[in-house]
Amino acid sequence: MNGTPFAEDPFARTPSAYTDYRVGEPVVDTKAPEGPIEERWARRRFEARLVNPANRRAHTVIVVGTGLAGGAAGATLAEQGYRVLQFCYQDSPRRAHSIAAQGGINAAKNYRNDGDSVRRLFYDTVKGGDFRARESNVHRLAEVSVEIIDQCVAQGVPFAREYGGLLDTRSFGGVQVSRTFYARGQTGQQLLLGAYQALSRGIAAGSVEMHPRTEMLDLVVVEGRARGIVARDLVTGRIDTYLADAVVLATGGYGNVFHLSTNAKNSNATAIWRAHRRGALFANPCFTQIHPTCVPRSGDHQSKLTLMSESLRNDGRIWVPRERGDTRAPADIPEDERDYYLERMYPSFGNLVPRDIASRAAKNVCDEGRGVGPGGQGVYLDFADALARLGRETVEARYGNLFEMYQRITDEDPYRVPMRIYPAIHYTMGGLWVDYDLATTVPGLFAIGEANFSDHGANRLGASALMQGLADGYFVLPATLADFLARHPHDEVPRDHPAVTDAVSEVTDRLYLLLSNNGDRSPESFHRELGQLLWDACGMSRSETGLRKALERIPELRAEFWRRVRVPGSGKSLNQSLEKANRVADYLELAELMCLDALHRAESCGGHFREESQTPEGEAARRDEEFTYAAAWEFTGPGNAPVLHREALEFSHVHPTQRSYA
Amino acid sequence: MALATRTARGGRPERPPPTPVRLWRSTIGKKTVMAVSGALMLLYLVFHMLGNLKVFFGPDDMNGYAHWLRTVGEPVLHHEWFLWLARVGLLAAVVAHGVAAYQLSRRDIAARPVGYRHRRARTSYATRTMRWGGVILALFVVWHLLDLTTGHVNPNGEAGRPYENVVATFSTWYGNAIYGVAMVAVGLHVRHGFFSAAQTLGAGSVGRDRALRLTADALALVLTLGFLAVPIGVTTGIVE
Amino acid sequence: MKITLRIWRQSGPEDRGAMRTYELDGVTPEMSFLEMLDTLNEELIGNGEEPVAFDHDCREGICGACGMVINGEPHGPDRTTTCQLHMRHFDDGATVDVEPWRAAAFPVVKDLVVDRSAFDRVIGSGGYITAPTGSAPEAHATPVAKAAADTAFENAECIGCGACVAACPNGSAMLFTAAKVTHLNTLPQGAPERESRVLDMVETMDAEGFGGCTNTGMCTSVCPKGIPLASISTMNREYLRALRKG
Repeated sequence: MNGTPFAEDPFARTPSAYTDYRVGEPVVDTKAPEGPIEERWARRRFEARLVNPANRRAHTVIVVGTGLAGGAAGATLAEQGYRVLQFCYQDSPRRAHSIAAQGGINAAKNYRNDGDSVRRLFYDTVKGGDFRARESNVHRLAEVSVEIIDQCVAQGVPFAREYGGLLDTRSFGGVQVSRTFYARGQTGQQLLLGAYQALSRGIAAGSVEMHPRTEMLDLVVVEGRARGIVARDLVTGRIDTYLADAVVLATGGYGNVFHLSTNAKNSNATAIWRAHRRGALFANPCFTQIHPTCVPRSGDHQSKLTLMSESLRNDGRIWVPRERGDTRAPADIPEDERDYYLERMYPSFGNLVPRDIASRAAKNVCDEGRGVGPGGQGVYLDFADALARLGRETVEARYGNLFEMYQRITDEDPYRVPMRIYPAIHYTMGGLWVDYDLATTVPGLFAIGEANFSDHGANRLGASALMQGLADGYFVLPATLADFLARHPHDEVPRDHPAVTDAVSEVTDRLYLLLSNNGDRSPESFHRELGQLLWDACGMSRSETGLRKALERIPELRAEFWRRVRVPGSGKSLNQSLEKANRVADYLELAELMCLDALHRAESCGGHFREESQTPEGEAARRDEEFTYAAAWEFTGPGNAPVLHREALEFSHVHPTQRSYA
Repeated sequence: MALATRTARGGRPERPPPTPVRLWRSTIGKKTVMAVSGALMLLYLVFHMLGNLKVFFGPDDMNGYAHWLRTVGEPVLHHEWFLWLARVGLLAAVVAHGVAAYQLSRRDIAARPVGYRHRRARTSYATRTMRWGGVILALFVVWHLLDLTTGHVNPNGEAGRPYENVVATFSTWYGNAIYGVAMVAVGLHVRHGFFSAAQTLGAGSVGRDRALRLTADALALVLTLGFLAVPIGVTTGIVE
Repeated sequence: MKITLRIWRQSGPEDRGAMRTYELDGVTPEMSFLEMLDTLNEELIGNGEEPVAFDHDCREGICGACGMVINGEPHGPDRTTTCQLHMRHFDDGATVDVEPWRAAAFPVVKDLVVDRSAFDRVIGSGGYITAPTGSAPEAHATPVAKAAADTAFENAECIGCGACVAACPNGSAMLFTAAKVTHLNTLPQGAPERESRVLDMVETMDAEGFGGCTNTGMCTSVCPKGIPLASISTMNREYLRALRKG
């Protein structure tokens, strides 16, 4: 499909029943070379143009975000000799939310000799993504995975090791090989510190100009090309324009649109949403991942949700009372009045069914009124059997730190009382549409890591987020970006170019509007309301009626926001309410697109479950005939119907099958 | 707020200053000077205390020991040379210890210009009293030298007769008071100082932490009791 | 629960700042300390007042952004990060003093927010292993003894929150710097830069205006990640060794 548009529209038979959007031209990835899938990445790198080392200093690249993808990219580009301007809203690049990833990082090293290979990792990832990812990209990810481990070890990342001094691996997320490298429960932290340290070296050497506590508020597009960003210094309130030859967004996912998620409080969607408004297509926004084992919320004050490693399901048994409204203490509920629903429904996988299935089942039993804990939003994860079988010592060795964390939050002792868990938004597979080169549809704008719609299709496997972030940042982007820079000579953009000044005044106007509104509701209250709305309509389970209702309500809420929001203080100094309000304003637009995407995709796949599309057993049913494509949306103006551009997906190496765990 | 993007170390700095200069300039280096000088003084204190205990064996033993100290090293060393070498060494240690402590303290105070409104003492007493304890000890040493070395402020003040001078000092209330306070200060100072010096010189480790602290406690206790034994002996009449 | 809060309010670096008292009702024991402050801020916004500024992000104890001195103790009475401290550790009707980290090297930006960029500069002066992307040898080329790997990990756990500096009466960053020196100098991969790393990092640490270590142990007693005091001794050893080698 190299460069050739579709001869005929393969989607002609797809019913476009909804009037909320228009269908535009298909979008095509023209960068992945043809030929055997194993050779595509090597070919692409060979065909890529290079930038002469002596000329690299003359090229400025903006990198927004300092997580695994952004930190790795900034450090690598600086090492190669480019001038890097890097931004993060945190006070230090070391605090990006990649730091909170617990489990591990996959790599097809096959150190265990247990049958792993690049091919198998590729296969597992495509299948795990429920056949909604691009094969070429996923294969490259699997290839690059082995280099990541080498790179990180060389940087001093203290991975877990065995007594012989070699790296330890474990099996993770239900795969049959042990390919997950880990550093206790802090793998994300250790990998991020590795990237941060490499970046710090670049900063000290003067090759990276670091701007912490600076938030990107808009993209500057000059004559169709991304040429810079408008950013606000969060301490002084100063709005500045930064110009460059290319802009790389590594700003993470948009899970915080749900208000409660496992994301960091300040993780936000502003950078990618602003880029979307400036012309970058946004792909598969409804593909969100829900993690089944989070600590349930304890009240209205709840500000975020804490994830507990999935490994708990290896030994814990999940249950709820058989009868609804049973408020007895768990210990008082006799065995025959408990419903171990996962074991009952999925006898062969039991408590180890994939994340989306476990999450949905928990939601269903809670919707039936059988949930436990405050508000009935929780299910038990019981270790009584494991404690009796293995003894406290073994359980402590396996899960001690998690039990401690749970007890710290809930003040309940999981050794005595069953844990309570509930699913929470955890990761977003959707994001800015990118081609094989990780380039968006705006020339000169790249998106890496969770910010792009990436390699995970409709569902991400455990321990693959870290892999993708580092693959993009260390290895893929630096190669493809050079090709772009070499092929696209440019002139300096004058600072008074209308495109620049327009972007600045748009940003300042918006902030002024927020500050001068003088309403009566806090930004947080809107965020909370939107989050609840979205969680109900576009969370674990989605239906046409629910989504349509949400699509009606969101514009109303948005209007109310602009009418009633109140932001105290000024824009001339640190003002966290202003930051929040500005982010919520974008969530109010993004949420609508998510619902629309969820509505248009009238199939269930991966993390996207449509109640109308189920198997007779009540499992997710894909509709490959109609929906084997990535949905890339074009922004056409606030409140206007977006345009859908479909990218057809071909599966010539992994054949689509329906998942079954019964 | 932006990080300094170009520090002095674009490449390696031209030429590092000589090692002793580098040592003295850094906080760790100054602490090392304090640790080494402190260790020297501690070693001296141990011998000093053992010598003091001779008081319990009567005037001849004590005065004989004092005389011997002046003849150590003969004939290689001239009369009293050993004593003077030791005094010069100790003086150097005191000066180095004091200057480093002074400079470090100024630095430390400058590093925490604003204190907390909500005050709570959480460090140990020995740790908190290192600075003032050190000053008290320095003042004590001056008095102690005038009292028992030069004899200027000693009620007896007879050269070559330390036993009698000691008994005279501890027959006064103020002699006992000054000395008592100083010896408690010595104990506290040694208690934290020994552990701190071991840490500074790199002897600390997770497994050794407890042992080092116990050693410091024992050393402090032995020194304080050993030194206090003399005035107690005089006051109770065991020594007269 | 009802809580009386006395919070340090300072509108900017130039402002003198003062403690201000707020009464907060409806606090529940399940709230985290930061959620309690969120609640206060919602009230303040409702009254048209400026909310209390404080750094926070992950709210699960790993990013190191949050940190305030609560009743004289960095991160409060439970040895954890502020975001993981819950209100059940306070009595109904209690008065709670909340202050920013205090150190010359951490100037106050606003209210409880301080500037910790000095830490980044300490890391930038040597807290890394030079390993340009693509140059790495096969990961198993150099086995690392488990004991060394464990020590490295234990020290690599530092989250850079700055509680050690806030707790130290000398505003010293020795524990922070020592954790990174110990992490990297313990690993064989860190050996080529072993001497320059410790010399440069200590030099930067001193230049940033942190105080010296008097081994009070306050740092380690408040460290949410339990970095041991012995790491400081390790750094001292590494420093003296590096000086000897010139």
